[in-house]
Amino acid sequence: MSAPKSSPESSIVLETRELTKAFGGLVAVNSVSIVVREGEPHAVIGPNGAGKSTFVNLLTGHLPASGGQVLFRGRDITSLPAHRISRLGIGRSYQKTNIFPTFTVFENCRLAAQSRLSSSMRFFRPARALADVNARAERAMELAGLAARSGRVAGTMSYGEQRQLEIAMVLATGPDVLVLDEPLAGMGREESERMVTLLKGLAAQYTLVLVEHDMDAVFSLAHTLTVMVNGTLLESGPVDVVRASQAVQDAYLGDGAEAY
Amino acid sequence: MSRLPRPVAIALLALVVLLAAYPLYGAWLFPAKHAFLMQKITGIMILAIMAMSLDLLVGIAGMVSLGHAAFFGLGGYMLAILSPEYEAANIWIVLPAALAIVAAVAAIIGALSIRTTGISFIMITLAFGQMGFYFFNDSRLAGGSDGAYIYVMPAVEIAGISLMNLENKLVFYYLVFGLFIGAYLLLKVLLASPFGRVVQAIGVNESRVKGLGFNPDHYKLVAFVIGATIAGLAGFLGAAQYGFVNPAMLSWHQSGTALVMVILGGMGTIFGPALGAFVLELARMGFEGMTEHWLLPMGLFVIAVVLLLPKGLAGLLLQLGAKPAPEPEDEA
Repeated sequence: MSAPKSSPESSIVLETRELTKAFGGLVAVNSVSIVVREGEPHAVIGPNGAGKSTFVNLLTGHLPASGGQVLFRGRDITSLPAHRISRLGIGRSYQKTNIFPTFTVFENCRLAAQSRLSSSMRFFRPARALADVNARAERAMELAGLAARSGRVAGTMSYGEQRQLEIAMVLATGPDVLVLDEPLAGMGREESERMVTLLKGLAAQYTLVLVEHDMDAVFSLAHTLTVMVNGTLLESGPVDVVRASQAVQDAYLGDGAEAY
Repeated sequence: MSRLPRPVAIALLALVVLLAAYPLYGAWLFPAKHAFLMQKITGIMILAIMAMSLDLLVGIAGMVSLGHAAFFGLGGYMLAILSPEYEAANIWIVLPAALAIVAAVAAIIGALSIRTTGISFIMITLAFGQMGFYFFNDSRLAGGSDGAYIYVMPAVEIAGISLMNLENKLVFYYLVFGLFIGAYLLLKVLLASPFGRVVQAIGVNESRVKGLGFNPDHYKLVAFVIGATIAGLAGFLGAAQYGFVNPAMLSWHQSGTALVMVILGGMGTIFGPALGAFVLELARMGFEGMTEHWLLPMGLFVIAVVLLLPKGLAGLLLQLGAKPAPEPEDEA
């Protein structure tokens, strides 16, 4: 695994500046500024309703921002539509399993890999004949530990496997940055452990942004930690520093840390 | 998914052979009604082309359109309008021109409709369909509400040599048969292509398609235009067959009938809606022969099929034809 680099400007991959989202009167994300550096797994935590999911949706263009900026390698990508952001190299997974349940595992991944063609407006050659797309789909399935499930109809797999597929699909798009929205949500013990192992492997190859509830997983994976409460940023920095912060202790981790 | 189970493929192939050979055995089997039946079947194949084209929108891309007949009717009207009154039109000019116009109109209507989904999409396509209906109903173009006749079939010639005489019912039967099979194969090829895979995925989970980096609107629009153009071809053939067009071709009634064919036959399978066209039209013929109040048993029949076969006739066939599924291995 690449060691966390000390921070020259160039290593900043993703950055938000005073990013804000208001739904009517409710400010779900309030002026949040964070910095995600190359190769440093970055976790965003916070209690329910802290605005984490909204934050992810802003990062990946699933929601337009009300204010502030999102920068990807120095380029302003604020409020670009989701498909454009995906094409820039920011892949995301979803909190709620979001796959094509009637397609096979392979076809889910193949379609994700196909999204990297300059255009899919190709009408007469079978999609299956695109060798490099197939190869990328296979690689993604392997990385996510689904190689043996290739021919299964996705909707018939176990919940944990569907979550793996979710990750495989993101990988198949060949992203630079992986934004994972609660990859462990709803998983049992064993499934969780498998997923954490998978994520650790991915952290070595991709820049991870992880929104998660599971504290053990967060502490074992992340180098940088951002804590959100009520839509605002409470603290952001190296895991140890943030963990030790009094404000975080009081507001969030407190004595109930293990409860999450 | 895209490959049909072998027994189903064989059954469909048998039906196709039955259809292809009808002119050979029809006169012998139904001596009194042969000519009528051949015309009827030609008409059903035309409707089947339209139903399959609608399936691309409804069953594949998840866009439930209630205005599809507008393109069917437009294709027919284009033949009527572009044909010289008492001589044969050149098919190499009128057919491409008709399809190009249908495609252009579909591109405009599609661009305005595609951003809506669900009920809104149904309503907006219905509204456009009705606009088309009243455009031809109330204008002086092509006879207004009375419709217009096409007195002479288009000529299919190359360098003055006639390739087919469409006035010949048998020739026309096989032309329509060829285009019916061709439309099916074209749709299957499209669905297997990168484009088709995206459109299918949109029908399953549009927001995920967007998250993967595709712009769904582009693909929906192209699918809409392709579906409309194929419907336009069906309308063109329909107008040629009956030598007549009227605004009813564009009516929401016609759109609704096509939608019933799609649902009855089995959405998203392409071959299902073609089956749906045959079953619906043959059932109608049967009930019409039995009673003046045929709409009542007809309605009951449709309700029964939809209730008993939620996935349509195609769903039933696929279920019967499916191999006893290999038990999903180890589910820990």
